[in-house]
Amino acid sequence: MSAARAVRPVSVASFAQAQNVRRDDQRNEVEGLLPVIAEAFGAIGITKDDVDFICSGSTDYLVGGPFSFVMALDAVGVWPPRSESHVEMDGAWALYEAWVLLQEGKVDAALVYSFGRSSLGDLNEILTLQLDPYTMAPLWPDIVSLNALQARALIDAGKATEADFAAVASRSRRDALANPKAQVAGDIPVETLLEDEYVVAPLRRHALPPITDGAAAIVLAAGDKATRWSERPAWITGFDHRIETHALGARDLTASPSTAKAGEVAGVAAGPVDLAEIHAPFAHQELIVREALGLDGTVTVNPSGGALAANPIMSAGLIRIGEAASRIAAGQADRAVAHATSGPCLQQNLVCVLEGA
Amino acid sequence: MAERCAVIGVGQTHHKAKREDVSIAGLVREAALRALDDAELTFADIDAVVIGKAPDMFEGNMMPELYLAPALGAVGKPMIRVHTAGSVGGSTSIVAAHLIASGIHKRVLTVAYEKQSDSDAMWALSVPQPFAAPLLAGAGGYFAPHIRAYMRRSGAPDHIGCMVAVKDRQNAMRNPYAHLHLPDIDMKTVQESVMLWDPLHYLEACPSSDGAAAMVLAAEDSLSGRYPPAWVHGMAMRSEPTMFAGRDQVNPRAGRDCSADVYVQAGITDPRAQIDVAEIYVPFSWYEPMWLENLGFCALGDGWKLTEAGATAFDGDIPWNTSGGVLSSNPIGASGMLRFLEVAMQVRGQAGEHQIDGARIALGQAYGGGSQFFSMWVVGSEKP
Repeated sequence: MSAARAVRPVSVASFAQAQNVRRDDQRNEVEGLLPVIAEAFGAIGITKDDVDFICSGSTDYLVGGPFSFVMALDAVGVWPPRSESHVEMDGAWALYEAWVLLQEGKVDAALVYSFGRSSLGDLNEILTLQLDPYTMAPLWPDIVSLNALQARALIDAGKATEADFAAVASRSRRDALANPKAQVAGDIPVETLLEDEYVVAPLRRHALPPITDGAAAIVLAAGDKATRWSERPAWITGFDHRIETHALGARDLTASPSTAKAGEVAGVAAGPVDLAEIHAPFAHQELIVREALGLDGTVTVNPSGGALAANPIMSAGLIRIGEAASRIAAGQADRAVAHATSGPCLQQNLVCVLEGA
Repeated sequence: MAERCAVIGVGQTHHKAKREDVSIAGLVREAALRALDDAELTFADIDAVVIGKAPDMFEGNMMPELYLAPALGAVGKPMIRVHTAGSVGGSTSIVAAHLIASGIHKRVLTVAYEKQSDSDAMWALSVPQPFAAPLLAGAGGYFAPHIRAYMRRSGAPDHIGCMVAVKDRQNAMRNPYAHLHLPDIDMKTVQESVMLWDPLHYLEACPSSDGAAAMVLAAEDSLSGRYPPAWVHGMAMRSEPTMFAGRDQVNPRAGRDCSADVYVQAGITDPRAQIDVAEIYVPFSWYEPMWLENLGFCALGDGWKLTEAGATAFDGDIPWNTSGGVLSSNPIGASGMLRFLEVAMQVRGQAGEHQIDGARIALGQAYGGGSQFFSMWVVGSEKP
């Protein structure tokens, strides 16, 4: 986004998410998603006929079959035919695609959703298939081990300690007690957490995200619809995302230049930040993203509990934007930053700045 | 306010059954570098990258944009991965064009690919799912009954499909990048090839290809390149559910609505008269007459008559698939983008042996899923 370009005001008009659970045996992906979309529409009294565009995010590798988005779209019921698109990415990027379209000013409302059941396979091994298929995936490094390398690099660089990771986890799970959708919550002091066994050193159980089945939906609105559908719209005032190289050995794993760049383009530093919802599946990643976004100790981070409280793959990023927007709509914050990530060790990052009236 | 968007560079690989000389990264980079060269730019000039492909299970690489970011010069830039089934190459082009039209970026590289030889698409399409009907027959078996329904409705004679198969392969002889070069093809060889899915003979089906396509899109104040720009006059996507009682799978409403939208944007009221050349997604021969009707080039039931009369031939009044089409090259994820790319080449005057003289307005179309996902654009040599 060039600085000269005027951003068309677009608001997060509605947000809903599924109850995050370890395994939802009662419903398939689509059955888990539909009530969430109904809730997002119902909260502002609209139907699918009130949106001009639909965009979703999901991955075939969770359900283990091609075209998982097709069955979801069938159930959403795109009839008469709709202008619709899909990204094989976290729903936060689907939201970005919809936001881009709304920037042109031809349409005013969009439905964005994402879904995934991480419980259906061995997630730790499935995510290995994201790696270079010729040089890395055949070695089958699991994702927990790769993130442990990143945590180790932070410790070796003197940037953090295991107690810092535990402090992030302790605070996140404590805050999650106030989040009725959270999967993992509890008031456990740092000292107790540090008695956990290592899963892969230096990561103990508490520094890992839970495995979560979930879904989320957001309605984006511009123009009259934005003000009609929200008493206090959460306006997107900056939005950008960046990717880094895939070669882990070529990256400084203790920093996130892609987050820093996205934050710069989105204008994070242009005003005070009241709260940040950071998509950090592993505890140590919150520290890296905080630094990249330049957030100081005055910023409330992850009041929802973040991805350590619930990590539905493909939705956890979109949920960060929804959580931040909800707090603006409720008057609990005036300016918030939401972050989403994709790929091993924070390879790709998205930053969305939201502001109240 | 939407900004104007133009295609200023195109590139594609030589499509083959097996590109064993390159990795997936090498394949997409080959197309991207050709597009950049055509635009007289380098990766450093690009603001963002949009990549598309069909299901990840076709190669067994989950969310491959992560692995491909450095090969496409995307490091430090925004990168988006689109997946909308067979229409994805078209949808990817449209997502990229919106990054320009919205005013967010000045130059965007868009790439689509499939490396089918790295895995087995038929297997990937056939993974059993709980509570869902298996697609064990693959795409040809899925579409053959729809073709039969079309033949019954329209009264089309049996030989029409074979005519399309011959015409598109003859066109492919003009295109050095096409996968299939069959110099001796004629009606007899098509009709005598094995019956795969009645009424589709082997030679009436698309091949399985490795290949990639790439385009550089630019805003009006950021033009460059070896040829004049191809201006985007209209673009649209439409989706409808796979199946429900009463759905017309032969002439899907999503396709009709999508073309109606794009024609309004481009000021087209008489497609046959106003569109000089079209690249339409025809993976199985009979989809040419079916889409002639769906896209409004003729009245319902008359599509096969246009094909039979030679209207869609290279020297006809509405040349369709002058590149050889999907019937001659089918790197699935890229097949839609190749349609969008070929019409840009036509209005830029860079199509070489398969150039239609004086092409000024051209239509690119892609479809996917069970004829339920559509993406289209109209490009022109003049500024819209």
